[in-house]
Amino acid sequence: MGAKTFIGQWPLLRQVTGADRLGRGKAAMSSRSEHLEPRTVEADEVVDSVCPFCAVGCAQKVFVKDGKVTQIEGNPASPISRGRLCPKGSASKQLVTSPSRVTKVRYRRPHGTEWEDLDLDTAMDMIADRVIRTRKQFWEWEDEHGRRTRRSLGIASLGGATLDNEENYLMKKLYTAMGAIQIENQARI
Amino acid sequence: MAEAHPVGFQWVMEAKRRGAKIIHVDPRFTRTSAVADLHVPIRAGSDIAFLGALVNHVLSNDLDFREYVVAYTNAANVIDEDFRDTEDLDGLFSGFDPEAAQYDPVTWRYQPPENPTEDQQRREADLESDEVRTGGQYPGAGHKESHQAARSESHGSGGAPVSWKGRRDETLQDPHCVFQILKRHFARYTPEMVQEVCGIEPEQFREVADALTANSGRERTTAFCYAVGWTHHSVGAQMIRTASILQTLLGNIGRPGGGILALRGHASIQGSTDIPTLFNILPGYLPMPHAAQHQSLDEWVSADEGKAGFWGNVRSYSVSLLKSYWGEAATADNDFCFDYLPRITGDHSTYNTVKRMIDGTTKGYFLVGENPAVGSANGKMQRLGMANLDWLVVRDLQMIESATFWQDGPEIETGELVTEDIGTEIFFLPAASHVEKAGSFTQTQRMLQWRDKAVDPPGDARSELDFYFELGNRIREKLAGSTDEMDRPILDLAWDYPVDEKGEPDGQAVLREINGTGPDGRALSAYTELKADGSTACGCWIYCGVYAEETNQARRRKPHWEQDQVAAEWGWVWPANRRILYNRASAAPDGTPWSERKRYVWWDAEKGRWTGADVPDFIVDRAPDHVPEEGATGPDAIGGQDPFVMQTDGKAWLFAPLGLADGPMPTHYEPPESPVRNPLYGRQNNPSRRKLSDASNPINPSYSDVFPYVFTTYRLTEHHTAGAMSRTLPYLTELQPEPFCEVSPRLAAERGLEHLGWATIVTARTAIEARVLVTDRLRSLRLGDQVVEQVGLPYHWGRNGITQGDSPNDLVNVTMDPNVYIQDKVGTCDIRPGRRPRGPDLTAYVEDYRRRADVDMDDPTNGRTD
Ligand code: SF4
Repeated sequence: MGAKTFIGQWPLLRQVTGADRLGRGKAAMSSRSEHLEPRTVEADEVVDSVCPFCAVGCAQKVFVKDGKVTQIEGNPASPISRGRLCPKGSASKQLVTSPSRVTKVRYRRPHGTEWEDLDLDTAMDMIADRVIRTRKQFWEWEDEHGRRTRRSLGIASLGGATLDNEENYLMKKLYTAMGAIQIENQARI
Repeated sequence: MAEAHPVGFQWVMEAKRRGAKIIHVDPRFTRTSAVADLHVPIRAGSDIAFLGALVNHVLSNDLDFREYVVAYTNAANVIDEDFRDTEDLDGLFSGFDPEAAQYDPVTWRYQPPENPTEDQQRREADLESDEVRTGGQYPGAGHKESHQAARSESHGSGGAPVSWKGRRDETLQDPHCVFQILKRHFARYTPEMVQEVCGIEPEQFREVADALTANSGRERTTAFCYAVGWTHHSVGAQMIRTASILQTLLGNIGRPGGGILALRGHASIQGSTDIPTLFNILPGYLPMPHAAQHQSLDEWVSADEGKAGFWGNVRSYSVSLLKSYWGEAATADNDFCFDYLPRITGDHSTYNTVKRMIDGTTKGYFLVGENPAVGSANGKMQRLGMANLDWLVVRDLQMIESATFWQDGPEIETGELVTEDIGTEIFFLPAASHVEKAGSFTQTQRMLQWRDKAVDPPGDARSELDFYFELGNRIREKLAGSTDEMDRPILDLAWDYPVDEKGEPDGQAVLREINGTGPDGRALSAYTELKADGSTACGCWIYCGVYAEETNQARRRKPHWEQDQVAAEWGWVWPANRRILYNRASAAPDGTPWSERKRYVWWDAEKGRWTGADVPDFIVDRAPDHVPEEGATGPDAIGGQDPFVMQTDGKAWLFAPLGLADGPMPTHYEPPESPVRNPLYGRQNNPSRRKLSDASNPINPSYSDVFPYVFTTYRLTEHHTAGAMSRTLPYLTELQPEPFCEVSPRLAAERGLEHLGWATIVTARTAIEARVLVTDRLRSLRLGDQVVEQVGLPYHWGRNGITQGDSPNDLVNVTMDPNVYIQDKVGTCDIRPGRRPRGPDLTAYVEDYRRRADVDMDDPTNGRTD
C-alpha cells in the first residue's frame, strides 16, 4: 500500500474531504467493515410475517437460512409500520430461538412432584379421553328451570390473543360441537 | 400510546408535525406525555367525570356540530315519559331492581308510535313480559336475565335492536328528547367537579375543552385513542360510551381524522372477538343462544330479523354459519342443526368459570397461549381454581407460571397449597411460534394480515390449528358409531380439512371456510350474497370477502408507496375492505362533503353512486334524499340520511335506549375500592357491577385508613402482558430487568420509601414486593381538600423467566363491568418500606391487615358502600 493510498484511507481525511461530513457513513468504515455483509444477504428465503406482540400489526420480514430463522426485520412496504419495529418486535427472533423454549411434551401426574416425559401421540390420546369423560360427566340436557341447554359445564378454555383467526375458528367450532360454552379469551381480560 | 403501541405512535407524531395538538390524559407521565403538547394527570378510574364535563361544556355552550347531530344521531328522539334519570333518583336510572342489581330497560325506550304496527306491538310485548318472550314455558327467567348475559357485546358490530325508529323533534326542544335529557344529565359535570373527582385543575380542563372544540366541526376533526385504561373498570363500557357521545356531538365519527380508536393490546385480540373464543358470541357477533329466549332458529334470529339495517338479514348470517359448522347435516327440515348449539344461561365468563373450578363444578381446562396465574386479576383465585381441576392442558412456548403453580407458586410458599395434595393432572404441550405456522391476525383497525410460514416448529411443538384439528379427529374416532344423541353434533361436524405432507391442516382452507362459499362451491365476495335457505355457507359473515375471487386478500402486500393514503391493497379490512366505518357521515345530509379539506366519501349525483377514497359504508346507489317505504325491512329500510347502517334506526346513539346493562347514559361511580366519596351522587359504586364472592376475593372497604392509597397497573414498552413472551427474552429482560412500583416524592416521604429500595404493597388479597421508583411521573393529586396518592405498578412479572418477581395482578380484586364482565384494575392499598414477609408469615401479615381494616370475610365482596 503506497503512502498516498494509506493517507487517503484515513477516516478523518475522508470525512473532511468526502461527502460524509458527519462521519456516520462511508467515512467511518474500515476495510473490514466495508466488506462485511448483513446476515440477511445470505438468507435462502425471506418470508412475510407480522409481529406477534401488540395490535399495531407491524409487518416483518423473516430471514431463513438452512431451515433456521437468522433475522427478523421490519418491512418498509407496510403502510402501517413503514419498516419500523419497537423493542418487542425487534426482539421477536428470540421468541423463536430462545434456549428456554420448551419443545417436548411435559406431564405431571395427579399429586406428582416432578414433570415426566410423555410422547405427543400418547398425550393427544389421553387428552381426547379426558375430554370425552369430563364432557359426559357434566353433561346437561336441561337447566334447573327445565330449559333445554344441551351442554357441558365441565370443560373450560382460555386462549391468548396471539391465536390466528383460523385457530380461533376451529377452537370455537369444536368446543361448540362438544357443548362446551365456557370458552374465553384474553379479549375479555 | 408511545409506551404500549410504539410504532402506531409514529402517526401521532406525523400529525403533530403537521400542526396537530396532542393531549395525553393519564395518571402517569410516560413517553407519550414527554412528546405531547399537554399532559393531564388524572386519578385512575375517574374518566367519566372528566369526559362528562367535556360533554357538558359542549352542550351548555352550543358547541356541538348541530347539523350532524340533528341528521345523524338520536338527539331528536323522544324518550318514554316514564324514564327517570340519575338526577331524579340520586344516581340510579328508572328500572333498577336492587335485589338482582339489574336494570329493566323498558322505560329507556323511544316513545312508542301512536299507531304501532302489529309487529311493533309484538316486539314491545316481548320486551315487557318475560312470559311472552319465553312462551310462558320457562318460568323465572327471560328477557331480563338474558339482557345481562353480556348481550351488549353481541352488538360488537351494531347497536341493540330497537322496536321502532320513534318520534323525533328536530328542533331539539321537547323536554323528553334525547338532547334535552343529555343536557340535564351532564349539567352537574362541571370543571369544579372535575377538580374534585379527577384532581385536574379547572384551567387545565379548559385548555383541553378549548382545544377539542376548536379542532372539531366542518373543517376539522379530532381523534380519541384509548386502551385498557378505559376498559379495565367496573364502568369500562360507559367510559367509552362517554367518549362516543362526545365525539358524536362534535361530528367526529365516520370522518377522516376522527373516531374513537381502541388500541388493542395483542396481535389478534380484535380477531379473537370477531371470530370469538368468547362465551357469549359466535363468529360475527351472532349471540350464543340463551336458553330463556332461543329454543329454535326462529327465536334465535327474531330480535334482529327484519329490522332496518344490515342486521335485519341476521337469518342469512346465522344459517350460513350453521352450514359451515354442520355442512350436509344442516337442512331446512332440522332448523339447520340449530339444536346442536349449546345454550348459555347467564355469566359463563372466565372469572365466573374460575369460581366454578374452586367450587369443583368445572374440572377440565385448556390454557392456550394464556397465563392467567400472572395475567388475570387476583392470581390466587386463578391458582386455587387450577389446583382443583381433574386435568389441565397448557399450550405455550415457555414454561409459564400457570403450568408450574403446583411446584413453586406463591401458595406453595405460604403453605396454602401443598404439591402432593394437588390432584390436577397437567399436560404441557409446546406450541408453534408465529413464524412456524401460516395464518392471519386481525390488528387493531380490523385489518387481517396473513403470515406465511417460515420454518417448521421444533420437536413436539405444534400450531393450535394442528392441535385442535387433531383433537377433533381423535374425539370423532373414539365416538364413531355412538348412537347417543349428545354425540351427534360432534359426529355430524364438517371437519374435513386438507392437510400437507406433514399432516398439518391448511390454514388457507380454513380462511376460505370463514369467508364462505356459494351454491356453486366458489368463494363468495360479499356478505350481501349470503342466503337464509342453506345454499350458502359462511364461517364469519363480517369476514366474507377476505377470500373473494379465490384469493387470500389478507396476504396482499402492495407497498404503500405504490398506493394512495388509504392503501386499500395492503391486507384486508372487515367489513368489505372498508377502512373507516360509517363513512357516509363524512358527507353532509345532501351527500356533498362537509368540507373540501375533510372530503372522503360523497354522492356522485351524475353517476347516481357513492364514491370517494374508501369503500362507501352505504348502499352504493342509495340517494341522499331516499325515504324508505312504510314497512320496509333490512337494508331496504335504510334512509338516504341514515349513515349508521348497522343500527336498527340508522342513527348514532347519544342515549342508548337498549343494550347496556348499567344505564342509557354514562354516570360517574367510584371504583369498588376507593379512598374518595363520590361527590356526584349518593351512590358510591356502579349499582349493577358484578361481584364475585369468594374467600380468595375480599374487597377492601372504601375510605379506609388501613388502605389509604390508590393503585393501578400498566405496561412497559419492553414487556408484553403476562410476560411469557418477554421475560423469557434476553434483549427485553436486559432493557427492563426488574419489577418496580412508581410513587410520588410526597408519598415516599410519608411512608419512608427509599428510591431503589424495596417496598411491600398490600391489599386484602395479598402483599407483593417491588423496587421503589420515586418520581414526579406520578403526581400527588389534590381533590378538594383531600390529597390522593397513586401507586403505579407495571404488571408483567411472575416467578418464572429470566427476570422474576411478584405479580401485581395478585393485588387486583375481581369486580366486573356488568356489560362485558371485565375486571376493575383500580384498587386501594397500603405501601410500606422493605421486603414482604416470607412463607406463612405472609398470610399472617395480610390477615392482620384484613382485621385492622375490618374486612368482612363472611361477606367478602361487601366493601361497605351499598
Ligand atoms: S413491533 Fe412493537 S408496535 Fe409493532 S406490532 Fe410489534 S409490539 Fe406492536
